[in-house]
Amino acid sequence: MKHAIETQDLVKAYGATRALDGVSLQVRRGEVFGLLGPNGAGKTTFVRLLSTLIRPTGGRASVLGHDIVADAGKVRARISLTGQFASVDEELTGRENLMLLARLLGLSGREARSRYGELLDAFDIAGAANRQVSGYSGGMRRRLDIAASMITRPDLLFLDEPTTGLDPRARADVWAITRRLARSGTTILLTTQYLEEADQLAERIAVIDHGRVIAQGTAAQLKARIGSGVLRLTLHDRDDAARAGTIAAGLGLAAQMQEDPRMLTIPLPDADAALPLLAALAEQGIALVDFAYGQPTLDAVFFALTGHGAQGEAPVSGPQEPAAATEVSE
Amino acid sequence: MSLRESRLDRALGSGARAPSAPRPFADTLVFAWRAVLKIRHNPEQAFDVVVTPVMFTVMFTYLFGGALVGSTEAYLQFLLPGILVQTVMFTSIYTGFTLNQDIKRGVFDRFRAMPIWRPAPLAGAILGDVLRYTASALLVFGVGFLMGYRAEGGAGAFIVALILLNVFALGIGWIFTAVALMVRTPGTVMTLSWLVLMPVTFGSNIYVAPETMPGWLQAFVAVNPVSHITTALRGVLDADPALAAIGLALLTPLAVTAIFGPLSMWLYARERG
Repeated sequence: MKHAIETQDLVKAYGATRALDGVSLQVRRGEVFGLLGPNGAGKTTFVRLLSTLIRPTGGRASVLGHDIVADAGKVRARISLTGQFASVDEELTGRENLMLLARLLGLSGREARSRYGELLDAFDIAGAANRQVSGYSGGMRRRLDIAASMITRPDLLFLDEPTTGLDPRARADVWAITRRLARSGTTILLTTQYLEEADQLAERIAVIDHGRVIAQGTAAQLKARIGSGVLRLTLHDRDDAARAGTIAAGLGLAAQMQEDPRMLTIPLPDADAALPLLAALAEQGIALVDFAYGQPTLDAVFFALTGHGAQGEAPVSGPQEPAAATEVSE
Repeated sequence: MSLRESRLDRALGSGARAPSAPRPFADTLVFAWRAVLKIRHNPEQAFDVVVTPVMFTVMFTYLFGGALVGSTEAYLQFLLPGILVQTVMFTSIYTGFTLNQDIKRGVFDRFRAMPIWRPAPLAGAILGDVLRYTASALLVFGVGFLMGYRAEGGAGAFIVALILLNVFALGIGWIFTAVALMVRTPGTVMTLSWLVLMPVTFGSNIYVAPETMPGWLQAFVAVNPVSHITTALRGVLDADPALAAIGLALLTPLAVTAIFGPLSMWLYARERG
């Protein structure tokens, strides 16, 4: 069995609304697969279907070789679910939460104690182990949530928007944990609204919108389609702008003038392309006040792929070059 | 980065998954333990389980005893079986309240995605209720005993009374469980439950004999299941058990279980968005 997840035309409808509208995906064993999309795109529906919480309206799916409808029990025996809202018990302490789940997973009292001790320690919650979860910070709650999913190591872990609402430091912790999880051999299905997160963690990414997969591939492949980022320059002298544009053109890059005559934006195929350009500018004596390199936002990705923004607004009218969509909005 | 990556690696490297199959009994016990933990962590609930019954017993006895039957001792003898009923009734609300909270908070999603016996969360909650009802009832008995209540039926009657109370409360509890699975917020569960509980508790023969009530109220009291269980308990505890009264008292909880039990299980198994 090669695939951890295999879905074919998976559909979930609620009345007339198709939350998931024919999704066919394969997730390989051992990989981190990113499902990227805005709120309401169908990410959570996908996770709930595959974790057997809901049944599909149409299509088929198997998890680790087991059909999610016919063999739901076998699926449950091999997965762990970390839901979009921390799925831990607010009123219980961190220790009690882990103890409870360990006992449900069939560990004896002694095994459970030794295992949760190890996990509390590793996930840096030991100091708060005897406090009620309702008093935890968002980051601690999320760490506990992931620790709870690892009491017995699952073959497949669902991480549903693990960093939504977390501060940057807590997000970095979750990223580090996810990388370690991936290294330990667990297959991970990660859903996220953040392009950067999918890029950082996932080997392959599917972009989902209105219940459909609109693009799929490695981060590099997606970036090749949408451009990886934009370099923004602020020149010391506005009269240098034209000359800077010529230098960029000499390197095969298209500089775009901005309203502020001292500013230029230059879409780049990858971040490495910034260095020769900056070097060439310095060589020609063009002084910079500031420069910045940014990733395209999810909105820009959606614009590039669908012609509309991530929240599903109407397409922007007017003649827009596809490349323009990769720009970080001003 | 406060996480120590070597420890993380070690923790993630171990814990290989043992083949785990649903175990009805063990899984139910774990959820019962969870219910007990929740009482301990929720001072409000502990207050309702411990303080409220004591307060009612003491207050009603000394407040109304003299006026109603001439002496507080005689009134306590009349009142205590009914206070037991009132106590377990009020406590039964928490089943629904807790269940609704669980579903809202997403922790049930985790349970439902685990290889456990599917009805275990409900069954465990019910077992937790038995512990809660029994604890409340023992407390009321204890306070009543200190105040001078004597069960003529002795220890045997006492145990029969506990069993009757549990059967009654567990049966009625299914109504609140079903309500909890249908409405959106825990607060709504509370409000709806009190709306049902208040009239059936006070419109009964718990506090006063119905002879002085107007005819329409007497009619209500006569068909109220709370009156039936109270009458049955009085009989048992006063060493004068009437099988007919006990049968009548058990009729309602059994009927409720027959209807709301399957309904609750269906609502529980039904998928939520």
